[in-house]
Amino acid sequence: MSFVTIRGARKSFRDQRGHETALALDGVDLDVGKGEVVLLIGPSGSGKSTLLRSVNRLEILDSGTITIDGKVLTDKPADLRRIREDAGMVFQHFNLFSHLTILDNVCLAPRLVRKREKAIVREKAIALLARVGLSDKLDRYPRQLSGGQQQRAAIARALAMEPELLLVDEPTSALDPEMVREVLEVITGLAREGMTMLVVSHEMGFARAAADRVVFMDAGKIVETGSPDGLFDSPREERTKAFLSHIL
Amino acid sequence: MPLFKSLGTRLGMTPWWLVAILALGVVGLVAAATNGDYSVIFGAIASGIPVTLGVAMVAFVAAIVLGLVLGLLKSSQVRIARELATFYIELVRGLPMLVVLYYIAFVGAPALAGVLNWLLSPLIALHWMEPLLARDFDFATRAILALTLGYAAFIAEIFRAGIESVDKGQIEAALALGLSRGQVTRRIVLPQAIRNVLPALGNEFVAVIKDSSLVSALGVQDITQLGKVYSASTFRFFETYNVVAFFYLCLTVSLSMLVRRLERRLKEGQSR
Repeated sequence: MSFVTIRGARKSFRDQRGHETALALDGVDLDVGKGEVVLLIGPSGSGKSTLLRSVNRLEILDSGTITIDGKVLTDKPADLRRIREDAGMVFQHFNLFSHLTILDNVCLAPRLVRKREKAIVREKAIALLARVGLSDKLDRYPRQLSGGQQQRAAIARALAMEPELLLVDEPTSALDPEMVREVLEVITGLAREGMTMLVVSHEMGFARAAADRVVFMDAGKIVETGSPDGLFDSPREERTKAFLSHIL
Repeated sequence: MPLFKSLGTRLGMTPWWLVAILALGVVGLVAAATNGDYSVIFGAIASGIPVTLGVAMVAFVAAIVLGLVLGLLKSSQVRIARELATFYIELVRGLPMLVVLYYIAFVGAPALAGVLNWLLSPLIALHWMEPLLARDFDFATRAILALTLGYAAFIAEIFRAGIESVDKGQIEAALALGLSRGQVTRRIVLPQAIRNVLPALGNEFVAVIKDSSLVSALGVQDITQLGKVYSASTFRFFETYNVVAFFYLCLTVSLSMLVRRLERRLKEGQSR
């Protein structure tokens, strides 16, 4: 049984007067199994980020349902809290809290949301930051770190909530090339350990190493789904071929 | 010629406007110490300094509290809150401060007395207290209330700008971690917004000190009022207003410089 089930997801963006300006999702069905790593690719504006963000309701769908672990996600505050506590998110621009040290960034949500004891949270945060190779940066502020270091800290921050699902939105797009690898290594490590992940990324090497399934989206629809090797080496659809020829 | 060049650079970097103001200050102090007329005027007006500072400080602190509330309302997700805050801000900012002052003093204070009497009417009926009269609020209190209400509108806009300057991505990240809206405001938005607006608030304090001179229109014995009274009775307008200006400049220029230093330190902190 799948862990995340998306059915008929539809979303359009509107301008201030309520006129529809862009159709971001046009009836998307997607299943992510427990422990599965699903990679979303597609041209910009294809709706892949919108789909990812609608899973923890940073975007609200116009219609369609999202089921997590057998429970349908609704507007109820309790549901919202539950999905946001259980689904960690990693952003393209890291979005670390700039007024807090790296350690406090990681400790904030477990303390405020999970109401865990300070000493326990701190100990766990230090262990997580060690795992992403930032043991010597605990008391630094985000702006004092490189982009790759900031993104690794942001991953540690998401993991501190012990999420069952990780939503990863273009984790390396804002990074200098030499920092891409250190971030992807961390994410690949998580994939190997069985973390359920939905990832938007165009990193082919990462896709082949870590993804169970690749989903190609265009114009708000899923065009083609396949294994990384299958989809990259022998795409069936013309649009997939055209897109892959652009990025490879 | 490194020596010559460094001297040239140093002269080029000197803030000459500040040197000129300091020179004026020294002239003022020398005059106060040596010239009998000036020392009398200094003595007559100096007692207005604590009044000016007191009015400005109380009004400023109260305006920060009210301004923060209004700024939060104005940047709220709730439409009615935004509309109410905007209504207040536009209304008050559209009036000259002197008119706000007269309005609060001669319309607001009697109205406030009436409202309080209505609220406390059971106590009054039991003869536990006398009905309040407008004159129970002295003019200093009315002046402080007016400056508070007036400056809260300006400070609200400063806070709103500060709140909106906080990176939206950080707010999303906090929401994605499961923080409630209130927690996001208290733990993520406000600490950064307040830090961002500190210099602007400092400048606003300087403005409150200057506008506190308006309370002289109500007869509150601040620097301006004492100067007005002294010059009117002695006809020494030139000397008296020199002293009045001297006192205000001592307060405002030194505060402005503190604000500049704070601004520089915050900037350095940002690029650490």
